[in-house]
Amino acid sequence: MIEVKELSKQFGKKVVLDGIDVQFPKGKITSLIGSNGAGKSTLLSVISRLLAQDKGVVRVDEKDIHAYKNNVLSQRLSILKQSNHVRLKLTVRELVSFGRFPYSQDNLTAHDRQKVDTAIRFLDLQDIENTYIDELSGGQKQRAYMAMVVAQDTDYLLLDEPLNNLDMKHSVQIMKTLRRLANELGKTIIIVLHDINFASHYSDYILALKDGKVRYYDTTERIMNERVLEDIFGIPISIIEFNDKKICNYFN
Amino acid sequence: MEKVTGDKAKLWIAAGALVAVIALYLFWQMGGSWQFALNLRYVKVLAILVVACCVAYSSVAFQTITHNRILTPSIMGFESVYLLIQTIVVFVYGDNTYRVLSDWGNFAISIIGMVGFAFLLYLLIYKRGKDNLYLLLLVGVVTGILFNSLSSFMQLLIDPNDFFIVQGKMFASFNKINRNLLGLASVIMLVTLYIGVRLARYLDVLALGRDQAINLGLNYNRMVQLFLALIAVLVSVSTALIGPITFLGLLVTNLTYELFRTYRHRVLITACCLVTGITLLGGQFVMERLFNLSIPVSAIINFAGGLYFMYLLLRVRKI
Repeated sequence: MIEVKELSKQFGKKVVLDGIDVQFPKGKITSLIGSNGAGKSTLLSVISRLLAQDKGVVRVDEKDIHAYKNNVLSQRLSILKQSNHVRLKLTVRELVSFGRFPYSQDNLTAHDRQKVDTAIRFLDLQDIENTYIDELSGGQKQRAYMAMVVAQDTDYLLLDEPLNNLDMKHSVQIMKTLRRLANELGKTIIIVLHDINFASHYSDYILALKDGKVRYYDTTERIMNERVLEDIFGIPISIIEFNDKKICNYFN
Repeated sequence: MEKVTGDKAKLWIAAGALVAVIALYLFWQMGGSWQFALNLRYVKVLAILVVACCVAYSSVAFQTITHNRILTPSIMGFESVYLLIQTIVVFVYGDNTYRVLSDWGNFAISIIGMVGFAFLLYLLIYKRGKDNLYLLLLVGVVTGILFNSLSSFMQLLIDPNDFFIVQGKMFASFNKINRNLLGLASVIMLVTLYIGVRLARYLDVLALGRDQAINLGLNYNRMVQLFLALIAVLVSVSTALIGPITFLGLLVTNLTYELFRTYRHRVLITACCLVTGITLLGGQFVMERLFNLSIPVSAIINFAGGLYFMYLLLRVRKI
């Protein structure tokens, strides 16, 4: 379980996170939503130790993340940020192999190779596994990085807007992959999403941030309420029910 | 798998070429007293190889941790720091410099000063978590100019005779290699390079960027500090041995990236050492034997490297 206690973070004078207190349940997908600047990415960065907090603690499996050895934590928790542009001469398979670095560094064992193979298949990258990543489209690159995180095989996956750059087909594909990771392999996934409909369809819980504070945190079912959503995003949103799933229409 | 063997073959070809150049340099037109000629030449070869390894490793590692292919430690002002330190030493001791401070003592001061500069760079750039290429370039240019002006200012104040001591260190030349330092420099280079190559796998990860490096379990800040320190030591060694060759690193790293299309730093660094060795020794051979020393090889390298640097800067928007 990931537990966040009284987390605060300030950039200069701007308070980005203001006393966040949440727990993320194991084996579930939790979406972070909120308008731009609400603190979603910052929260994810602090939980994944990319950013140091000013106050508060983050615990992974009851242990403060800063008490972990670096490579031990990276076997439990992985993070994928939005922008990944490298100019390296690196093939997709080589990139995915980096996911095994916390375990074996650069001496991959047979077990590691098997994990890499699985991750490549999981994200449907077999036909481009030997392509250099600087020759890929934005969506393919995104999936290659996802495969790396899958190969890292951590209990917790933190994803910062993984649907950026992706078309509808691949967005749905990625979300379905995440669903499988949670359902079949029991991974805990925390994901920043902009499109409320993706959050509604694929996540178990939704955490809504507003002005650096937790505004709502509940099951998807209960967040998908017109009044709640209007409060979070500040625009009127109407909800249509379709095949038992709620779909938001915010084009009004 | 095919690619790996390709790189291996290229490495062997480069190694063969380096051996050929060394042989050519050592044995070409030895004249009557071959012992005398060999004795002079092997020192140069040794010094050039030490410098080549220093420049190669420091430039490749620096470009990886700063995520660019344009800046090298020399361009970032490491060599200005060296000159500043030398000027300060002469400024303080005057014509007593050689009596007060042994070559080794001077070497030690240079290394300490440059490692200090590396940490200053670290504080200026990495502590804030911004690895912006333009900020980096700006910091490099500004510190370079600052240190150069400080040096010039002190050089104006000192006795003209003392100035010659400084002047001797201002221009790179393989013809006035500091023999006393060669042994020590080789040892320091070998030890640093050994550590550096052992750590090369971390460079592979650092090349993925800060966020990925942390995600994969690296202590990012510690790693950057460590590599900056290694780089500072290597630059001190090469500068103390032959003086500044600003654009050498830029030329050889980019040549290496063109020839070896891999992300593996163990391969890249080995390749870059070989390429630098071939460039320097080959250049030295051509200048010394064919053009009879009319132009120092460092001048040619800086001329070509400077042009290439401008070309890269003009092209940078497209990278």
